[in-house]
Amino acid sequence: MPTPQSALGRHRPLVYLGASAQLAGLGLLSIVLIPLVAMSVALMVIWVGIPLLFGSLALVRAVSMAQRRLGGRLFGHAVEPPYREVHNHGLMEALQIRLTDPATYRDLLWLLISATLGVAVGISTLVFYLIVPLGLVVSPVIVWTFVAIGSFVLRRDDTDEMAQRIGELSTTRAEAVDAQAAELRRIERDLHDGAQARLVALGLNLGLAEQLMDDDPAGARELISESRRSASAALSDLRALVRGILPPVLADRGLNGGLQALALASPVKMDVDLILVGRAPAPVESAVYFAVAETLANAAKHSGGTSGWIWLRHSDGRLSISVGDNGVGGATMVSGGGLHGIGRRLAAFDGTVNVASPIGGPTIVSMELPCVLSSERI
Amino acid sequence: MRVVIGEDLALLRDGLIRLLQAHHFEVVDAVDNGPSLLRALLQHRPDVAIVDVRLPPTFTDEGLRAAIEARRQLPGLPVLVLSQYVEHLYARELLAGGGGGIGYLLKDRISDLDQFVDAVRRVAGGGTAMDPEVIAQLLSRQRASAPLAGLTPRETEVLGLMAEGRSNAAIAGRMFITEKAVGKHTNSIFAKLALPMSEDDNRRVLAVIKYLDQ
Repeated sequence: MPTPQSALGRHRPLVYLGASAQLAGLGLLSIVLIPLVAMSVALMVIWVGIPLLFGSLALVRAVSMAQRRLGGRLFGHAVEPPYREVHNHGLMEALQIRLTDPATYRDLLWLLISATLGVAVGISTLVFYLIVPLGLVVSPVIVWTFVAIGSFVLRRDDTDEMAQRIGELSTTRAEAVDAQAAELRRIERDLHDGAQARLVALGLNLGLAEQLMDDDPAGARELISESRRSASAALSDLRALVRGILPPVLADRGLNGGLQALALASPVKMDVDLILVGRAPAPVESAVYFAVAETLANAAKHSGGTSGWIWLRHSDGRLSISVGDNGVGGATMVSGGGLHGIGRRLAAFDGTVNVASPIGGPTIVSMELPCVLSSERI
Repeated sequence: MRVVIGEDLALLRDGLIRLLQAHHFEVVDAVDNGPSLLRALLQHRPDVAIVDVRLPPTFTDEGLRAAIEARRQLPGLPVLVLSQYVEHLYARELLAGGGGGIGYLLKDRISDLDQFVDAVRRVAGGGTAMDPEVIAQLLSRQRASAPLAGLTPRETEVLGLMAEGRSNAAIAGRMFITEKAVGKHTNSIFAKLALPMSEDDNRRVLAVIKYLDQ
């Protein structure tokens, strides 16, 4: 924060004069609001206090917001309302949200300070301005200090939980961006080395065949049939590439079809038990599909199991998937390993992965992520 | 032979019509979306239908669903399904109704005209035409299982071609061996996999696919 000395620009004296006046004004308003709030609380025994309290708290918020904006102007930072949002709730629910919001109590604390100290600071610094030299030097210091206290009392409630959440979001976002960039590079390389190269060869062969047509029909025929094979190979490259981006069966049928197809393709015999009415958002479908694909690949490669299951349910806005096998167990989430990759893939959707895999088996991989279903896309 | 075509890409639809007409098929109807396809199949009852999996209006598996529904109402209606991709799951759904007259091929296969026309005729005749890629999917997950591991490479090759729906004569031509040699391989395969022998080509094909699809 800038000190009052460094912040004293050409227009600073006027800014602080305005601030003094505003502090005095807000203080006087607070003096009126305190009995209003107190009266509303007292009247809550008869119902009229409820709307009254709701209304007076709105006025208290207006005073606090004015104080916050004053701090924002003085210290040059953006001000956002720190309150919990109230949308389309009934009066009782809305009041409950207000009364459980920590910001409301910060406001009430500030109301008391503003009504006492605030009025005193505002009026005294205004009086100092009448004795010009004293006002220009002392008032800004007092106003600055008081507004700083105000900004502290009325600060946004950045709890540890929020800080932690921000940390998580930053990490998963960075990982999602990295993964996406790596994926694009892979697609570019695959196209460049695969389909593109084959089409170039195809064009070349057809050109040669055109030249040979008259002199060496047999040679031309050979080149043309080679071109046909080249076109076929290019198509098969493209197919493999598309399967890696968005498997067609997943696009057609959603998770129901996608996971069934995975189970069919798995060398380990998988029982499938899916109950999912409607479709998950496409990015979630894709993340879950590839997570299950990776889990099945792990099971086939390492577990030595002969059978397993895929289970999926959706309830309370969460999608739960569990994949198990009867193999030897001992699977762990090591950094850079397949299971760790699944964890990272799902973390981007606030999902979690748990692995239960005692030595001797069985292995159960459970995944869970929040997910809103839409009606079946027909 | 009367054919109905369901394909939404005009270029491919016209190409198919020209190709089939050149081989003396009669294209009675060519439609470009799922609902009209089902109507056309039920109305014309063609000798064979050639159907793209992905059709309007949903651009998902509309064509496949229309084909399965048409076969539910007209059991045994021969249908050759074409797609940019082959899915084991879809192959299973097509074969689920039992009976023959089912084909499921990648669109790329059209470029081998003789083979393609042969597949159309085979399906029209109540036979089977499975794409080598479907068979590869079936085989790849079975590799580890014991009975298949007991087959010789030659036998595995015969098994694959048989699962595609080819006759002994076609397999012999393909592998440059005599029909008699193919017959010997076939007997050996059926013995090793403990499948009931059958003189009927199509029943034999379906038994092999069913075995691989377990």
